[in-house]
Amino acid sequence: MTSRLAPLFDTCRAEQRAALIGYLPAGYPTVTGSKELLAAMVGGGCDLIEVGVPYSDPVMDGPTIQAAADAALRAGLRLRDVFGVVESIASAGGRAVVMTYWNPVHRYGTDAFARDLAAAGGLGLITPDLVPDEAQDWLAAAEDHDLDRIFLVAPSSTDARIAATAAATRGFLYATSTMGVTGARDAVSGAASELVRRSRKHAPQLPVGVGLGVRNGDQAAEVAGFADAVIVGSAFVSAAADAGDEGGAAVRALAADLAAGVRRADTVSA
Amino acid sequence: MTTARHAHTGSGPTGHDPDGRGHFGRYGGRFVPEALIAALDELAAAYDSARSDPEFTTRLDGLLADYAGRPSPITEASRLAEHAGGARILLKREDLNHTGSHKINNVLGQALLTRRMGKPRVIAETGAGQHGVAAATACALLGLECVVYMGEVDIQRQALNVARMKLLGAEVIPVTTGSRTLKDAINEALRDWVTNVDTTHYLLGTVAGPHPFPVMVRDFHRVIGLEARSQLLQRHGRLPDAVAACIGGGSNAIGIFHPFLDDASVRLVGFEAAGDGVESGRHAAALSAGAPGMLHGALSYLLQDADGQTVEAHSISAGLDYPGVGPEHAFLKDSGRAEYRSITDAEAMDAFALLSRTEGIIPAIESAHAVAGALQLGHELAEGAVVLVNLSGRGDKDVDTAARWFDVLASEELPDLPEGEAQ
Repeated sequence: MTSRLAPLFDTCRAEQRAALIGYLPAGYPTVTGSKELLAAMVGGGCDLIEVGVPYSDPVMDGPTIQAAADAALRAGLRLRDVFGVVESIASAGGRAVVMTYWNPVHRYGTDAFARDLAAAGGLGLITPDLVPDEAQDWLAAAEDHDLDRIFLVAPSSTDARIAATAAATRGFLYATSTMGVTGARDAVSGAASELVRRSRKHAPQLPVGVGLGVRNGDQAAEVAGFADAVIVGSAFVSAAADAGDEGGAAVRALAADLAAGVRRADTVSA
Repeated sequence: MTTARHAHTGSGPTGHDPDGRGHFGRYGGRFVPEALIAALDELAAAYDSARSDPEFTTRLDGLLADYAGRPSPITEASRLAEHAGGARILLKREDLNHTGSHKINNVLGQALLTRRMGKPRVIAETGAGQHGVAAATACALLGLECVVYMGEVDIQRQALNVARMKLLGAEVIPVTTGSRTLKDAINEALRDWVTNVDTTHYLLGTVAGPHPFPVMVRDFHRVIGLEARSQLLQRHGRLPDAVAACIGGGSNAIGIFHPFLDDASVRLVGFEAAGDGVESGRHAAALSAGAPGMLHGALSYLLQDADGQTVEAHSISAGLDYPGVGPEHAFLKDSGRAEYRSITDAEAMDAFALLSRTEGIIPAIESAHAVAGALQLGHELAEGAVVLVNLSGRGDKDVDTAARWFDVLASEELPDLPEGEAQ
């Protein structure tokens, strides 16, 4: 079946730009608060929202997202609340996928989670600690409920693993730009463009998104020069955290800056 | 029969290996970021080649004998056994190894492997500090840079071991996230590893984590059971009726259990930490009271809530204070080949006092759980039954905790011995 995200990437291709993907943990700072922040991110120009599932042991995440996940859990977030957050994004006119460590899904029941995510209007799952080798149950559930499955590749991935991962992926391939955890960085890693190039070699038709480290419009423009999507996470969390009650305005402004960035792609890095 | 000295590492595959992707039945596997897969593949390949390479196994056997002091002896604990309902209790004395616990077996193996892979830097996690001290020791011996992640709470509880690691040349990094204990130290080590994987080996201290750690760490500890089995046959002319070991992540237990897996007459019994009691909710009994889930890269039994969030473990023993357990134990539990029970803080401390007073051996509080379990088993087994106990570590590090528990510093009184025949 066609990817649920195909219309988005078709649009971006027609507009000759990269897609902007923004991340925020569900329930941060509260369930209601996260719905407001995410609506502002959609309003500011995020083409796709990654709704993070806060988890007690987020080994892929740096301090910023760890702290936000902790805050969401302390504020009482339950897993079922994630579906309401996903629904709210569709109501705000946006598109949503969920990014989650695997144990919460395993505990909920893989098929039940896929069913409830699809019912809430979610389009797919990004799975930072589930590689296709261990994903038989998820791939079956994704097929049954017509959800995209977005797997990650890293600079350390061999060509054979990139090919196998791309083959299992539907939606887009998530390229982690550096070896490391999430968090905004001052410079975009040189490894990112090389990883995108290797990914395209194995899967010319599959969009490739680049995440880990992007924090402003200029960096977004740089990444948009060689990738199909620019993924921004920690910078949104920091913007919301630093702005307190004005979080909605802050994430909207950041989204607008980044959205302008993906529309003036640097071509030098391609 | 081969001498103990040459039976040590039991090189090559065993009859109980996981599948090629590290699955013990449904458990194990690799639930990790893609960024780590290449390093895990490299490690698995390096270990596969090393375990069958006589140069590697001879070097490791040499270090185990001449540096760690293996084989460790078997001590018959006759005065302790007076409290064991007629059973004989034999202690496998891993407490007598260099650095004071079984942990040295694994760190020597992995440090040699690190050299073989050409990586200059080692990271490790530690809870009580035993694995951290062992890792720092092996790195000093083999000239490797060593960084140990340790929860802030544990750093306060185990100041002596922190000093030891620093004296051995290791850097100790306090972990301030989450519960600030062992679980979070592992998270932080994994984050370091993802970032520095080209130069760094993660020297994981137990039989948990992604493949190949559970099988590799198990193999490095099989020496415990291989020696014990051969020592019992030589000295006592028979196999034990039961083997008792404590379970945190499960490394000492799998090490002593594994060579007995095909001996159907030998009961294998693991004792988890029940903390304040399993019914209290404050415990570390993943196998007894947890449910299958992923933590730190493998599917196994796990203390978790209804949403799959990890629940904090509780035990007086920092070394057992872990919400997960190695995947092969999960497999052995489901298959019924091993049994798993739990021992409360109070039961473990009673056994701690009893062993100290009857045998002149102060055990690690971890190992006291196994001793308490052996006393239980003794009452259940026939008169004259032989219970082999893995005395996995010595109690020097726990003197402060024990002194507080028994209040021996504030008062002139010695602790009361527990009622030996309470069963």
